[in-house]
Amino acid sequence: MNHFIQAYLARKAHVLFGLLMSIFMIAPLLAVVPISFSSGTFLSYPLPGLSLQWYERVFTSGPWMQALSNSLWVGIASTLLATLLGTLAALAFARRNLPAASGMLGLLISPMIFPPVISGLGMYFLFGKLGLTGTLFGLILAHTVLATPFVLISVAASLQGFDMTLLKAAAMSGASPVRAFAGIALPIIAPGVISGALFAFMTSFDEIVVVLFIGGPSQRTLPRQMFDGIRDTIDPSILAMSTLLLLVGIVGLMTTTWLTLRAQRNARQLKEQ
Amino acid sequence: MTEARFEYGFIKVGFTMSVSSIDAPACVDTLAVAHYQSSRRKRWVSMLLLLPLLAYTCVFFALPIGMMFYRAVSNPELLQAFPTAIRTMVDEPAKDSTALPTDRVFDALEQDFINAPSNAVIGEAARRLNYENSGYRFLVMNTARTYRTPLANPESQSARERLAAIDERWISPQVWEDFRRASPAYTPYYLLAALDLKQTDQGVAPVEESQRVYLDLTFKTLKIALIVSLLCLLLGFPFAALMVKASPALQVLLFLAVMLPFWTSLLARTTAWIVVLQDKGIVNTLLLRFGLIDHPLPMIFNLSGVYIVMVHILLPFSVLPLYNVMKNIPPHFMRASASLGAHPIRGFMQVYLPLTLTGIGSGTLLTFIVAAGYYVTPTLVGSAREQMLGYFIAFYTNTTVNWGMASALGLVLISCVMVIYLLAARLVGIRQIAGLR
Repeated sequence: MNHFIQAYLARKAHVLFGLLMSIFMIAPLLAVVPISFSSGTFLSYPLPGLSLQWYERVFTSGPWMQALSNSLWVGIASTLLATLLGTLAALAFARRNLPAASGMLGLLISPMIFPPVISGLGMYFLFGKLGLTGTLFGLILAHTVLATPFVLISVAASLQGFDMTLLKAAAMSGASPVRAFAGIALPIIAPGVISGALFAFMTSFDEIVVVLFIGGPSQRTLPRQMFDGIRDTIDPSILAMSTLLLLVGIVGLMTTTWLTLRAQRNARQLKEQ
Repeated sequence: MTEARFEYGFIKVGFTMSVSSIDAPACVDTLAVAHYQSSRRKRWVSMLLLLPLLAYTCVFFALPIGMMFYRAVSNPELLQAFPTAIRTMVDEPAKDSTALPTDRVFDALEQDFINAPSNAVIGEAARRLNYENSGYRFLVMNTARTYRTPLANPESQSARERLAAIDERWISPQVWEDFRRASPAYTPYYLLAALDLKQTDQGVAPVEESQRVYLDLTFKTLKIALIVSLLCLLLGFPFAALMVKASPALQVLLFLAVMLPFWTSLLARTTAWIVVLQDKGIVNTLLLRFGLIDHPLPMIFNLSGVYIVMVHILLPFSVLPLYNVMKNIPPHFMRASASLGAHPIRGFMQVYLPLTLTGIGSGTLLTFIVAAGYYVTPTLVGSAREQMLGYFIAFYTNTTVNWGMASALGLVLISCVMVIYLLAARLVGIRQIAGLR
């Protein structure tokens, strides 16, 4: 009996630990949301009153909107480039006939693993030589490097269960390689491509270190704007932007979760058939 | 119909290939040759698919890192400012290292000062020479300023005497020894400095005790990374285990707890922690309200702030690999060990834990690597004492424009990271690190 009580207590303690950890992980993110609606300038509770003044300030101020537009442009352009490069490479790995495949993979995912200060410093030297420091184009090229591993991994993961002989079967039935790819491979890897692209976008949208190295004053991105704001004095307008970024994160998370669940369901259906 | 066409094509390809190729294995079987040829063609297709990303990564990632390696040893400043003096010194070496250079070297140096291409070049040379011994910046800049206007009575003395008249240090052997050491196109100076070493006339020696900072900095960086990754493992292991076996509702909450911070902007998370942990923040307010403390606990802008925020940010990196491993462990393994009479602790140690080792390895090593390279978080939530290698790399690049020192520290950081990366690749495999099967 004593043994059962011990096991029961251990289980409850484990669940309690999980709940506490969940509070640790989520609560700070949510705790600052109400302050962004404060009518005062202090960053503490109780709030003096409610207002939308900080959102108004963020959405009407030149620097914040300029930073948002820079971030969106760089994010979208580097996402498109990274998705193209990463998807092609993932297809190459899925064919499983590359020489030195794991060495190649190790090289191609290293931008994700190497410290961004190192990448930033190296790019500062290269882009300085090429005259690309302080340009949006330079930032796009740099963020593409950092984002491709995520696309590569995400698409490669979606191709893991993919039976390459299906493409052969399509070719035998007379389909051109492009048609075989579009009709058979694309629907299967689409969730992987989309979630890879989302990861790529978030990588660029949230990237700060390389921006600090190679971005000039007119390539101020949203993270850069926030970084300077935090170093200076935090006022509730930064919290308003944080709240918006939290919303962006929630949307990203919901989309990838939905895509994963859909891919799992498709795989199950394929197996049942 | 399609099958017939396919077979016809297959044999035809095999036939033409076997005739045209000489390097195919000595094999008369046309089918085998055809298979060999077609698999080689397929490999080429794969390599073509890979080529764009490979080329892109080489140009915009590997090349920049190569340039950083080069910057860590390149030493162009003195050569650009004093090309003739250095060439003459190489042509006419002094008798021994303590002797002054010949008169022609002084003549050449004077000419270099007079013909200096720009103030910026002299300024960079002055800064470089100043690394050898502080005070040389003034020596070089003051001499350059004097030579900007034509000297009075230039015929009356030799170049050596004129330079000595401007600053006596020009006839000190110590200055020339330092000058000689700082003049080659490549130097170990920065790499040695990053390890708290320096070149002296007797060889390599440690720098004075008061200037030993970089080794401590490296150890501090590794220490913070180690503690953060161990904390992430200690908290992440039971968390991931619970994610596998919890009820569906709790599973959703736990999943959210890991993934929501992961998807939220790093700076938004950092801001949130600063607001929550500051003196008038929510945590301190609550603790004061309940009478647990008398005055606010300093929890941010110090070491505890760095640990709290870094663990919060890096926990998903160790939880997700662990979860991926744990969810594939069949639950009946533990039941089987229990039914064979093993105590739960013994079952855990001998059955469950060994099966999670790849997850522990890849998660902890990944966390360690990411933590060791951290820059933004310690900058924002730490004090001056918690700054890591990343901070000084950025500081030397953007503030003091000492690219050599930034690159040398970058090299130290990269070596630490590479050791761990290769170790992880060997222990758990690249595909596991990437989260692929």
